[in-house]
Amino acid sequence: MAAAALLDVNNVEVVYNRTVQVLRGLSLQVPQGQIVALLGSNGAGKSTLLKAVSNLLALEDGAVTAGSIRFEGRDVAADPPHGLVRRGLFHVMEGRRIFEDLTVEENLTAATFALAGRAGAAADFDMVYEYFPRLRERRRGLAGYLSGGEQQMLAIGRALVARPSLMLLDEPSLGLAPMLVEEIFAIIARINAEQKVSMLLVEQNAAVAFAVAHYGYILETGKVVIDGPVERLMRDQDVREFYLGLGGAGGERSYRDVKHYKRRKRWLS
Amino acid sequence: MDALFLAEVMLAGIGSGALYALTGVAFVLIYKATRVVNLAIGEILMLGGYAFLGFAAGLGLPAIAALVLAVVTGGLLGWLVERSLIRPMLGESPISVFMVTIGLGSILVGLVQLGWGADPLRLPEFMPATPVFIGDAYLAPKVAVGFVAAAVVIAAFLALFRFSRSGVALKATAGDQGAAYSVGIDVPRVFSAAWILACATAAGAGVLVGAIGGISPTMGVFGLSVLVVVIIGGLDSIAGALVGGLLIGLVEALAGAFLGGEYKLVVTFTLLLLLLMVRPYGLFGTHEIERL
Repeated sequence: MAAAALLDVNNVEVVYNRTVQVLRGLSLQVPQGQIVALLGSNGAGKSTLLKAVSNLLALEDGAVTAGSIRFEGRDVAADPPHGLVRRGLFHVMEGRRIFEDLTVEENLTAATFALAGRAGAAADFDMVYEYFPRLRERRRGLAGYLSGGEQQMLAIGRALVARPSLMLLDEPSLGLAPMLVEEIFAIIARINAEQKVSMLLVEQNAAVAFAVAHYGYILETGKVVIDGPVERLMRDQDVREFYLGLGGAGGERSYRDVKHYKRRKRWLS
Repeated sequence: MDALFLAEVMLAGIGSGALYALTGVAFVLIYKATRVVNLAIGEILMLGGYAFLGFAAGLGLPAIAALVLAVVTGGLLGWLVERSLIRPMLGESPISVFMVTIGLGSILVGLVQLGWGADPLRLPEFMPATPVFIGDAYLAPKVAVGFVAAAVVIAAFLALFRFSRSGVALKATAGDQGAAYSVGIDVPRVFSAAWILACATAAGAGVLVGAIGGISPTMGVFGLSVLVVVIIGGLDSIAGALVGGLLIGLVEALAGAFLGGEYKLVVTFTLLLLLLMVRPYGLFGTHEIERL
């Protein structure tokens, strides 16, 4: 990996309510220009890691108790959450979190606050509408009345307005039909290639995440258990079986054959 | 004659309704941004009246300067309260914050009594005394001035929130704090601004109310009538505060003239009860969007 990563997470531990430890010594890097996928089951700590990076943990009574998180070489704890956004680190939160009582365009306007204090950065709604033509049609409507897919588009559109260098995407596929998931991931890949935005992508859906990502980490109970370039992860026996749902031979398996209670994951031993 | 009397009563009602509306805006601003019902608004309004008295009569400043300084005092107080009392309570239950504002109200009453005593006082005359006639109907000049001032301020707020980026920031913060942070909005600054604007508005309203009816440490109960106004209008709607204020002002004036002064409150609160049964979120309040 590149020597100076855009985002460098080093041995981070996170504790909620001063009692519940969620991350235990997690390290990962996001190099400039790449999409890094972070996979793991429910409760593995994926969302927690993103909130630690964007400094939104305090809102939920969580705290980073050890380790360091550096964005562009600077500790994220030094900036308030909105300050990080203005430095170019945009967190697209889980569950979309659009402003339902505002119109689509007002939602984009809200994101222009991210440009405060940045010289020469003008808000470009047309670029958002180019990636998501459907938002243009509905720009005067209340965002709360958008469909789930359109709301996800709006959430990513807000991020685009802020012109980030790093986007944290928390499960963009959540609750969407497979067709829409494909559409949105195609656009995510385009944004990465065309706007040179690096991304840290949290997903449950390993197949779509690997389709766009360059590098992957797999998280279990607050630790990275395996990582590598996506091509290598796709060949890994355990990843294939537990995350991609493919048998050893490569074909799709029937649920009837699932016997993972008999076979331990190799990285646990 | 009857029609003229009715017209005069209604004009007076709309006049005092405008002051209700203006004070209602102070409630709405804070509630919209922070989801806190600030029960000390009435006392901050009172403090505005006393500050004016202090600057105009105590220091002998011209009325306009005293008015501006009273508004600034209100704003400073809002800033101070938000910083020292409210911000440390972020994330606590709304009821706790609500209780803090009740305590704040009592402290302000106590301070004013220490400084100026408990007796009602009159503000120095600073408004034009020429009677205002609309058609044949007479309107007290002070009420007319109060109405115009309130209308201008409310119109300015409405425009600010409808057409400016600050309005978007306020609405976004009100809707989802975490998401507001995540798009780069300085949430603590929004809170601070809401408190400053609201308390400055309340202090200004205090000068107008005091100029009409005099000031006393107990004039904070005006805030309770205004609470009715904002609940009727919808706690998070500036337009609602406007309509609610005018409506309550009108209803009170009519009830006072035709049923007798003791029926004012009965009629107002009956109206409140009936309305809450039909529209629990007020006339213009937001009800959440449900997606199925």
